[in-house]
Amino acid sequence: MIASPPTAARVVPQARRRRPPRLRWAEWFLERAIFVVSLSAILMVLLIFAFVGREALPVILGKTNNARSQRPIAVTQISTVPPDRLAKYLGVTTAELRSYDADTIRTLVELKAEELKQTVNPDTRFNTTSWRMMFYPYQWQGYDKPEYIWQPVSVVPKYNIVPLIIGSLKATLVALIVSVPLGVGAAIYVSQLAKPKVREIIKPVIELLSGIPSVVLGFFALIVMASTLQAMFGYASRLNAFVAGIALGLTVIPVIFTISEDALTSVPPSYSQAALALGAARWQVAWQIVLPAALPGVFAACVLGFGRAIGETMVVLMASGNATIVSASIFDSCRTLTATIAAELAEVVFGGNHYRILFLLGAMLFVVTFVTNFIGDVVVHRLKVQLEGRG
Amino acid sequence: MKLRHSVKELWFGAMLACAVMLSLALLTWTGFSVSTILMLVVSAALFLAWLRLEREQPQPGSLRRHSVDSRAVVFTAATGLATFAVVAAVVIILGNIAWHGAGQISWRFIFGGTGEAMFDAHRAGIFPMIFGTVALVFLMTIGVLPVGVITAIYLNEYARPNSLPVRLIHGAINNLAGVPSIVFGLFGLGFFVQFVGGGIDNLFYGGQLHYRKPALIWAAATMAVMTLPVVIVATEESLRAVPNGLREGSFALGATKLETICRIVLPEAMPGVMTGAILAIGRGAGEVAPIMFTGAAYYLAHLPTHWTDQFMHLGYHVFVLSTQSPDIERTEPILYGSVLVLLALTFLLNLAGVLVRAKIRARMRSAHG
Repeated sequence: MIASPPTAARVVPQARRRRPPRLRWAEWFLERAIFVVSLSAILMVLLIFAFVGREALPVILGKTNNARSQRPIAVTQISTVPPDRLAKYLGVTTAELRSYDADTIRTLVELKAEELKQTVNPDTRFNTTSWRMMFYPYQWQGYDKPEYIWQPVSVVPKYNIVPLIIGSLKATLVALIVSVPLGVGAAIYVSQLAKPKVREIIKPVIELLSGIPSVVLGFFALIVMASTLQAMFGYASRLNAFVAGIALGLTVIPVIFTISEDALTSVPPSYSQAALALGAARWQVAWQIVLPAALPGVFAACVLGFGRAIGETMVVLMASGNATIVSASIFDSCRTLTATIAAELAEVVFGGNHYRILFLLGAMLFVVTFVTNFIGDVVVHRLKVQLEGRG
Repeated sequence: MKLRHSVKELWFGAMLACAVMLSLALLTWTGFSVSTILMLVVSAALFLAWLRLEREQPQPGSLRRHSVDSRAVVFTAATGLATFAVVAAVVIILGNIAWHGAGQISWRFIFGGTGEAMFDAHRAGIFPMIFGTVALVFLMTIGVLPVGVITAIYLNEYARPNSLPVRLIHGAINNLAGVPSIVFGLFGLGFFVQFVGGGIDNLFYGGQLHYRKPALIWAAATMAVMTLPVVIVATEESLRAVPNGLREGSFALGATKLETICRIVLPEAMPGVMTGAILAIGRGAGEVAPIMFTGAAYYLAHLPTHWTDQFMHLGYHVFVLSTQSPDIERTEPILYGSVLVLLALTFLLNLAGVLVRAKIRARMRSAHG
């Protein structure tokens, strides 16, 4: 199975002796180049982490502050104020400030002073981008109890990300409730019970599901499934976590199916043959011998399915309704982390607080999928070693 | 003992039946409330417990007493139904789209521009979107193919198996394959558009805005990073399928390692490289989230002429049509038509990739005995 480097190493030097030295240098150089290029996959992972994290860093470190209780700066004072303080006061970056001419700056300062004079809302005194404001409920002006609110475009931007996390978890939960029984059940049937001919047909068909772009599944959920399901179950809002979760389940099923099926088939045939020889029925072999042996693989499939579901964007963006409500019911509209990024990033100011918080959501997603991938891979790898070592 | 066991089994069966009926009743009366879900969970638990119930050893002479084992029937039926449901979902989705979309396909639809009437079924065409998608995928392939193939060559031909670089690269590939597509979008915006694009503008254009904006090239670059694992995995697999005898024969004739790879191994592995490219293209044509901020445009009057232009994309168009249309009834036919064309594009590519891959696997099996 292993390629032939030892043999090659013995043969190559003899061949090299007849080579002109220039070609040897070229080859040495090219081999190093191949090695360097092959590191690009690692480089890309690091770059993703670095660049998504970099934009979110000020929020993570608590360096952002959008409290607006400063004393107004008079127009006559503009020249005396240092530019970075002025930029912060106006809510723009220093580079942006530099690109404005004096008239623009004067107008901005006047507008800001007006705004500060009119501001009676005490909430503007708070820095709503702090960790506390992002995770704990707060009683905003005009509300009668503390609430979790994501409302980034308003007089007082509210960046509480708890509703988004709940939305993501709700849609993912429905997706897993749908896809784990279907995916694992189909994997058991295809790998253990189906006749080889049936297997040859069914397996590619299920794998075709992973070839359907998620925007198409989102479209299908939005145009066809939403109305059908509403007519069937009679809930109030047409687009909700339930519809989105079922469509999301369709994107997760191929992941769960493929990995569980792989784990189930990698159980050595000696296990099932021994059980069959002892008089077990085929379903008993599948249920009591093969499934327990492959259980870590099935678990890994579910973990990877979870990672896939929580990171899926287009389906939930189109089918979940995107309302930021905190509710336990799966029949309420919900807004997920991914859909929030997709829907809002196009309209934010580069480098602004909202922009940075959206990158923070992205960094959180990256970390979650990094962990799920890691767990899944380790479990699958160990199972393979265990089964093949014993078998 | 036997009697007690069958009583236990009966009791379980009865409980299971009650639980299933109760949850069905709850489902019809209250919909998916907490109690329904609770009851469904209870039924599932009972079902699993029932399957776990140990049967006593069959007595000699009574081997065939239970000619029909009810649990065998239920188990097979449950897993079979799951399989059927998944296959049915695939068939229903594809059938629905093909049924509604087929009527919309015409020369005018495929080769017509959108003009003013993007949402009007009678006048809109989708040529700009097809053009944009093809341009994106073309640039992406140019970017991803060399890097992917070279990485696979290193992994399979040069590196020692299980050495540190190999494990690191494999870990990175697995991770890259699992990163959510929207995170690639953020990465493309933060790295390619802002950092690389901004860098190019500062270096060559004195800070003027040329590259620091969403563009075809940045969308293609983002897509290339995303499809890198697909190309690497497919190429690696096909390199592994090349018999070692070929390599050894080449070495014996005095070829160097690099010559062997370029002239013997790679041509042999070409189908696998093509598979990787095809699967990557299929993925690249269908993904929308990574290009939303890196280059795709809602509407453009002209086709992109340079790689710094924005472009229209079939998948993004499907998203725009289905969520932004002022009159969904009027838009629905073009929506179905666009989805059908998108599916045809990604699907035919995927199918081709899967078929070539199956051939390679068959050859690998025969090559390695």
